[in-house]
Amino acid sequence: MSSDLLSQITASLVNGEPDLTMTATKQALAAGVEPLTIIHSGLVPGMRIVGEKFSCGEYFLPNLIVSANSMKQAMQLLEPELRARQQALQSQGTVVIGTVQGDIHEIGKSLVATMLSANGFEVHDLGVDVPIDKIIGTVSATGANLVGLSSLLTTTMIMQKKVIEALASAGLRGRVKVMVGGAPVSPKWAEDIGADGYAEDAVGAVDLAKRLATP
Amino acid sequence: MRPRLAFLSETMVNQIINEAMELLGDPGVRVHNEEALALLAAAGAAVERKDRVVRIPEEIVRKALATAPSEFHLYNLDGRPTVHYGGDSVQFDPGSAALAILDSRTQEQRTPITSDFVRFVKLAEMLPEIDAQSTAMICTDVPAEVGDLYRLYLALNYMRKPIVTGAFRKDTWWTMRELLLAAAGGSEALAQKPIAIFDVCPSPPLLWSDLTCQNLIDCARNDIPAELVSMPLAGATAPVTLAAAVVQHAAENLSGVTIGQLAKPSSPIVWGGSPAAFDMREGTTPMGDVGTWLIDCAYTQVGKALSLPTHAYLGMSDAKIIDAQCGLESAGGTLLAALAGVNMVSGAGMLDFESCQSFEKLVLDAEIIGMAKRLIGGIEARDQPIALTLMRKLGHRAEYLAESHTLKWFRKELYIPSETIDRRSLDGWKRKGAKSAFQRASERADQLVAKYQPPPVSAELCSELRAITRAAARRFGMERLPPLAD
Repeated sequence: MSSDLLSQITASLVNGEPDLTMTATKQALAAGVEPLTIIHSGLVPGMRIVGEKFSCGEYFLPNLIVSANSMKQAMQLLEPELRARQQALQSQGTVVIGTVQGDIHEIGKSLVATMLSANGFEVHDLGVDVPIDKIIGTVSATGANLVGLSSLLTTTMIMQKKVIEALASAGLRGRVKVMVGGAPVSPKWAEDIGADGYAEDAVGAVDLAKRLATP
Repeated sequence: MRPRLAFLSETMVNQIINEAMELLGDPGVRVHNEEALALLAAAGAAVERKDRVVRIPEEIVRKALATAPSEFHLYNLDGRPTVHYGGDSVQFDPGSAALAILDSRTQEQRTPITSDFVRFVKLAEMLPEIDAQSTAMICTDVPAEVGDLYRLYLALNYMRKPIVTGAFRKDTWWTMRELLLAAAGGSEALAQKPIAIFDVCPSPPLLWSDLTCQNLIDCARNDIPAELVSMPLAGATAPVTLAAAVVQHAAENLSGVTIGQLAKPSSPIVWGGSPAAFDMREGTTPMGDVGTWLIDCAYTQVGKALSLPTHAYLGMSDAKIIDAQCGLESAGGTLLAALAGVNMVSGAGMLDFESCQSFEKLVLDAEIIGMAKRLIGGIEARDQPIALTLMRKLGHRAEYLAESHTLKWFRKELYIPSETIDRRSLDGWKRKGAKSAFQRASERADQLVAKYQPPPVSAELCSELRAITRAAARRFGMERLPPLAD
């Protein structure tokens, strides 16, 4: 019974059926399945399959984001249950993410934020056209260990460098790893500006974040 | 709404048909085949025995048009009707009977052998955009006299899709029929569910050679569909004005319909062709020429006006390598063929006029075909109201990527190419090896052929096909057939 529900959760997540994911998650809780079991044996395997299907070209961006959102939705249901049991999901890390000042491109950044969130990161998405001070302030306030900076314009890429410099001036650089991304951004650029990593797409960004977050 | 292109006014279509009918009366059509002459004479046509010129009265042609079916299906080897000749169905098969193959490694032309064609059949089988096989190239490791049937023999060992083929001789047609009967399971089964169609080509202007005319008659009498491939060469073997070339095409095809229907009323026949606008500088027959496209699309419209299924040789290129000319010519012809509603578009993979096949071009053409099929899918409302509900729900938020509405529709609405089409960032493209379209197509060909699964052809059928082919080859001095590839 419970293993049926868990495979339903996995399958509905893979198939992009948020309503079914929610129903099955509720049913599993009602049937007494531990929230941690639901997460590790239902939701996480689903997200892994979605990521694999994306990487091999079978799935596309809408599949990725719809599944990630239904994972997030299911987590909102499960978190109070975890708290009630005085359990916690081991956080992968805390990420402050945004599109740099002067740049209003949202899609790529939001996709990465959603995927990170669905993969167990605590994500603080500051949106687009984010002033440097706001990033510094949020990193400071949240104790984040990761920063994600998106830039879609060759004219705003330089802001990624300025954020990294500002993190250093604020004495935070030693505490955070910085990931950069966006169409004009390359591994070479990441290296040149002293960032810690670059990923080409949202699935790559999750892998990178996991790598960087591991001490 | 499906987008459609028309190239002729209704008045002009009627005038073209009327002038073609008149041409069949005067100067008439030359028929170098005794059986056809007898059929036409018996029907009441005036036959000049000496010149073998037949003047066909309009009523005989009209009667033939009345019995010719307006549609039929070709079946795949699993017995499913996968190709529809008729209406505005649009399907694609590779260009046929290439004398050369573009070597994937050297990118130079060489003569094809058994292993090349086997690989080609596998690739055509694996490309979902390609609807039918064709006997795409002539293998030079068997005697030329069995070149036609040997291709069909090889294809039948590896294909499930139906096949567009043709015979080079009168006697080999019968061997090819034998092969088809073996594969289809007898004459009744083949007539019920035809798996092949034969191209039959009149010679411009207004001539039916003995060979092709006999093929036409034999197809009709044996319930095997035939495709009329009239090929006026505007400015050389046909008038240079495009409308007049279409009149000549119509006259040649109308005489073909008449001969076929006299041989057996209701036998399936297709209004096809492979015309070209003559190149006045080089004296060649450019298949990627805009004039060629215009003649093809115009005669297709004439065929539809006559309620006949249609075919055209389009989507080919005159380039010698896979280059920009190759891409632009192939795309132009393919998109126009789709918009004109040609039932079977032959030509994928072909370059250097109609003489060289290429694995890489077949892969690239499959992408063009995918786009062409999407193009004629047109634009649908999908929702009612079209946008109001969704856009009011999202307001000014740019979050459509996360909407289940997007997940529901994106695969239908957006055409998703294979990785042959590069849409990476500059950096991503460089990291993937900065490959050209040719290299990407070559890799995709390799991947698809590697994934090919042999069809469930029984050992009995394999050896039957081989025995039929070996018997034919022995008549021309070849004792042992080349081995089949894996």
